[in-house]
Amino acid sequence: MPLRSATVFGRGLAVTAALFVAGAAQAAPQPGAKAAFPPFDASTFAGQLFWLALTFGLLYWLMSTIALPRVGAILADRASTIARDLDNAAAMQAKAEETAQAYETALTEARKNAQSIAQAARDAGAKASDERRRVVEADLSARLEQAEAQIAATRTAAMTNVRDLGSDVAIAIVTKLTGQAPSATEANAAVDQALARG
Amino acid sequence: MAAGGGIDPIHQFEIKPLIGLRPFGLDLSFTNASLFMVLTVAAITAIMVYGSSQRATVPGRLQSLAEMIYEFVASTVTGVMGKDGMRFFPFVFSLFMFVLMANMLGMIPGSFTVTSHIVVTAAFAFLVIGVVLVYGIVKHGSHFFGLFVPSGVPGWLLPFMVLIEAVSFVSRPISLSLRLFGNMLAGHIALKVFGGFVVALLAGGSVFGMVIAPLPLLLAIALTALEFLVAFLQAYVFAILTCVYLNDALHPGH
Repeated sequence: MPLRSATVFGRGLAVTAALFVAGAAQAAPQPGAKAAFPPFDASTFAGQLFWLALTFGLLYWLMSTIALPRVGAILADRASTIARDLDNAAAMQAKAEETAQAYETALTEARKNAQSIAQAARDAGAKASDERRRVVEADLSARLEQAEAQIAATRTAAMTNVRDLGSDVAIAIVTKLTGQAPSATEANAAVDQALARG
Repeated sequence: MAAGGGIDPIHQFEIKPLIGLRPFGLDLSFTNASLFMVLTVAAITAIMVYGSSQRATVPGRLQSLAEMIYEFVASTVTGVMGKDGMRFFPFVFSLFMFVLMANMLGMIPGSFTVTSHIVVTAAFAFLVIGVVLVYGIVKHGSHFFGLFVPSGVPGWLLPFMVLIEAVSFVSRPISLSLRLFGNMLAGHIALKVFGGFVVALLAGGSVFGMVIAPLPLLLAIALTALEFLVAFLQAYVFAILTCVYLNDALHPGH
């Protein structure tokens, strides 16, 4: 409501009211008209119009300059406050949804990472245990080979001892029987022959 | 009607000077009518100015009342005149509230009803028509008188239509003032008459009178409720018709 037009308008009202008072004043003096029906008693018209113009003018002024702009402002303020609060609430809700979305994404990411980390750990563990097993196996087979070689050597040595022992025994027996000692070469050849036979 | 006691139904409309004021031979005394005009303005000011002084976002009772009245009148104004009708909002609001509050204060027993005097209602009616004429002519010039020439009327009928429209325009302030005046006057007289019946029947002292005395009392109670409705309705009708007439000044082509 433009205030300027309101005051111009109010002045117009005042002028109109003044015209009415002036008009009624001419009809006012009517002495001797006693006990008339009060609403039609013209002698009261001027006074009523005067006070009506005064009070209604005051009311119009109070309403148009103070009360109505103020109440209008209160209502507009409230409407804008409510609109702003609703906007804020909507923005906050959008933010909350965004945060929830981000959390969801992070969770999925973390889950994927956890899986790959676990896979890697499993792979590394398997590789390490494979490695260890291979080392142990190699160690064991080396020892086995060593043991086998030792056994073979011992056996060869034992066989040699048996031959030497056999030829000694053969020499001793032949000496005892014939009283003549065979040569070591003969004895060895005879033992070898016997060993070869079984 | 027996003139004895306080049963005279016209007595309540009498204007009694309280403070004598006679400048230039004019009787401008402060009367009981003036007192109730001042009380009317004071009551409206208490609601609208004091009630809104807190400017609370969450309103109290009085502020809620002020806001309710504001929105009620504003929706009436914009409903009849559209958005640009809000330039007349303070005028319509003041008229509506003055008439409503004067009617309501008049419902208090022993009080005076400002709007039961034809000079008051006529002043308001001519004020409304004066505003319509002045605003219409200032704003639209001769185009404003197109109001009296309905469109789409055959040429030979036009003089009659213009005559009818002119008569209807002239009769507006008369009907506007007489409607409010008549309703207030008749309602208060009827209330007083039925109230008077109760008093007369009881004062009569006869058993018959004692027995039927509650009947006019019940009627008086029902009439009181009806008068409260009329008090509001007439103020509303006055405001609505003011809006309708002002709408002619705003948008003369119809």
